[in-house]
Amino acid sequence: MKNSLRSWERVSLSDFLRSAVEKEKSAMHEEREGLLSPYRVLDLTDEKGLLCAKVLADLGADVIRVEPPGGSLARTIGPFYNDIPHPEKSLFWFAYNANKRGITLNIACEDGREILKKLVATADIVVESFSPGYMKGLGLGYDDLCGIKSDIILTSITPFGQDGPYRDFQASDLVCWSMGGFAYLTGDADRPPVQVSLPQAYLTGANEASVATMVALYYREISGEGQHVDVSIQASIAKNMMNAPLFWEAAGVNLGRAGPFRIGLSLATGQRVIWKCKDGEVSFFFWGGKAGAHINRSLVEYMDEDGMAPEFMKEMDWETFDMATATEELFNEFSRHVGSFFLKHTKKELFQKALRKKMTLYPVQNAADIAGDPHLKERGFWEGLEHPELERQVLYPDLPFILSEELGKGKRRAPLIGEHNEEIYRGELGISSEELAILKELGAL
Amino acid sequence: MKQALEGVKVADFSWVGVGPIIARILAHHGATVVHIESETAPDPLRALAPYKDNISGLNRCAYHACLNDGKYGVTLNLRHPKAKGVVERFVEWADVVSESFAPGVAARLGISYEDVREVKPDIIMYSSCNLGQTGPHARFRGFGTNLVALVGTTHLTGWPDRMPTPPYGALTDVIAPLFGVSALVAALDYHRKTGKGQYLDLSQFESTVHFLTPLILDYQANGRVAQRTGNTSPYAAPHGVYPCKGHDRWCAIAVHTPEEWKAFCKVIDNPDWTKDPRFSSVLARRRNEEELNRLIGEWTIGLSAEEVMVKMQEAGMAAGVVETPGTIQDNPQLKHRHHYRALEHPEIGLHHYDATPFTLSKTPCDLKMPGPCLGQHNEYVYTKILGISDEEFVALLGEGVFE
Repeated sequence: MKNSLRSWERVSLSDFLRSAVEKEKSAMHEEREGLLSPYRVLDLTDEKGLLCAKVLADLGADVIRVEPPGGSLARTIGPFYNDIPHPEKSLFWFAYNANKRGITLNIACEDGREILKKLVATADIVVESFSPGYMKGLGLGYDDLCGIKSDIILTSITPFGQDGPYRDFQASDLVCWSMGGFAYLTGDADRPPVQVSLPQAYLTGANEASVATMVALYYREISGEGQHVDVSIQASIAKNMMNAPLFWEAAGVNLGRAGPFRIGLSLATGQRVIWKCKDGEVSFFFWGGKAGAHINRSLVEYMDEDGMAPEFMKEMDWETFDMATATEELFNEFSRHVGSFFLKHTKKELFQKALRKKMTLYPVQNAADIAGDPHLKERGFWEGLEHPELERQVLYPDLPFILSEELGKGKRRAPLIGEHNEEIYRGELGISSEELAILKELGAL
Repeated sequence: MKQALEGVKVADFSWVGVGPIIARILAHHGATVVHIESETAPDPLRALAPYKDNISGLNRCAYHACLNDGKYGVTLNLRHPKAKGVVERFVEWADVVSESFAPGVAARLGISYEDVREVKPDIIMYSSCNLGQTGPHARFRGFGTNLVALVGTTHLTGWPDRMPTPPYGALTDVIAPLFGVSALVAALDYHRKTGKGQYLDLSQFESTVHFLTPLILDYQANGRVAQRTGNTSPYAAPHGVYPCKGHDRWCAIAVHTPEEWKAFCKVIDNPDWTKDPRFSSVLARRRNEEELNRLIGEWTIGLSAEEVMVKMQEAGMAAGVVETPGTIQDNPQLKHRHHYRALEHPEIGLHHYDATPFTLSKTPCDLKMPGPCLGQHNEYVYTKILGISDEEFVALLGEGVFE
């Protein structure tokens, strides 16, 4: 084994680098011109970090998923295609790994690490979400990576950060959601703080990580210096609280959970936001000032068309209606009438009317509603990616923005386990078939 | 120390949430940002609570301050006939221009992409709105508080036996800026390499749908319409938030593996019920989860949230105190990271601002200035940054251009 490995170890790093990068760049310019086309990202993350490199891949970066042999544990997260739990059928995996290529590599063994180092030499960014210190323990810490590629960017995503009293704490999505404080504000007042049923904390941390990585990348392109990026998922969630900590600091009020109501708008009372309608719920709240006057009046007009607007609401001077001073009794009176009006209509009817009247009311949409949303369709938001193994196309959300420069996309579904082993190990790193077979047997791939 | 985005110049015509948050992140990492408002139409966020000592006032709103710190604040009446010349100077100065009005409004104010591109063909501009600039509902206005319903998050938040509950605030307003900054910085880098400008039409709706993609795929593949499931997880039990000693204090605990369950039982002193076959496996515990959570709650309620967390963590379990708006700034880990930093605001006084939730090893996140009062930096920005002569500044001031 040693002999066969030596043949490619002898290639000097600079030669190796040049050929690999040139090969890659020429291939990319034909296929995948995007804002980040010149850059290569190695994605070593688990479910805590998948979205980070997904964003970079969507922007055109060449992202290589490095998974342990047998595949990432994130592949065991459901839901699954046809409800069959299988590492190639995780819809969670599909969602956050599209546009990446995938290889298997065991970085816990020496042979695997040597290959990873070769890959690092071709990369601009490495993203990982291991426990703090794990990479360093393998000889793959930031300083070690700098020894291979002096301007590498290493982005580390962890629940609490690389340092500090909680750095070695165990976490889950729910724990990050809670320690970031957002759980406290979510749910009903008479029940425990609650998560979103599709947990959001890891996604939030990973989304922050792509911001951090881009800021570091911009600096590297100007200064020639890479750096170590340390993302805290807890701190990312704390940001979700927006103005709630300010209520405590500026006004001495500790806001809590308010169920279907909205708090934090006025101190006097909460306002109902979620209302039952004929076939589900809609989201609407009264609003003060000039903008609110139009909204509130539109609703009353609409109610009046059904003969359901009470006189006192028709006679309200909405122009001077002030959220900060409106009483709970008044809101309760509104709610009684508005509530029974909404119950007479479907969420679609209410939304259609709201669109016509420019009244800020949205339906509470579920997955089926979103999949059929006419606005998203018209914007070309859904992009079909072929899944040959499933013999079908699956629709994925495109970038959440439209760019003026028409940038080629070259999109692909998430990689299968080791799908690009040949392409990358043999095609780019020049490892022979024999060597690959040996490495596989040794458990390195 | 040098900052990553030093030298990047942003003319921030945006208001309320997403637009200003994008520019704020850039400011924290060194960009020079001017937040442009008007006395005739101040940023509506200034009218929202909380205010210093509960007394309202345009410069007393901590919310506005905390989304616009690190920026210079100026006023400019875009409806004034002479504003056009000032807008042009901003565009000439800037690398990035932003706006976040309802679609169509920027064009009326003379700050659409077409307008600014005429002044500077390679400008980078971003627009942010609820649903994007195009599409049948583009011009429909709305608040993030309602938008989370359209996006699907509301439907999935809360308890299966109750109405859905909107997540606090506006989750779309914290998710969309992150996609926005990633793309914007990519556009800045692309501009450096190719000289090409860029227009970025950011949709808050689409951004947040990305956080629910697996469920959209589940609907496509399996026809399943995902529902609220409280704090449960298909893979773990116990998995929940448990009541602790004190008023509304809680600790989250997640137990995944059989080893963790064993360790968990040991921490709670192996009460008899833990040997009940109803709780012998994850599936069994999932089936009897209500009872399981009640029994665990009987144990946690006798301890402080911190004690529960520490006991669980010492046994290798994922557990964490539910921080609150009032306790978050004292969280030891966030303190260690200097996540909240105090700045002296002219009217609000000394109060805290949050840094970016990431640190960069060579270039710091620096919180330099508190959120600006309305028009606080007019003279400095117009004369020193844009280079308008003192005479012209005074003349324009007299004509009400800077109102």
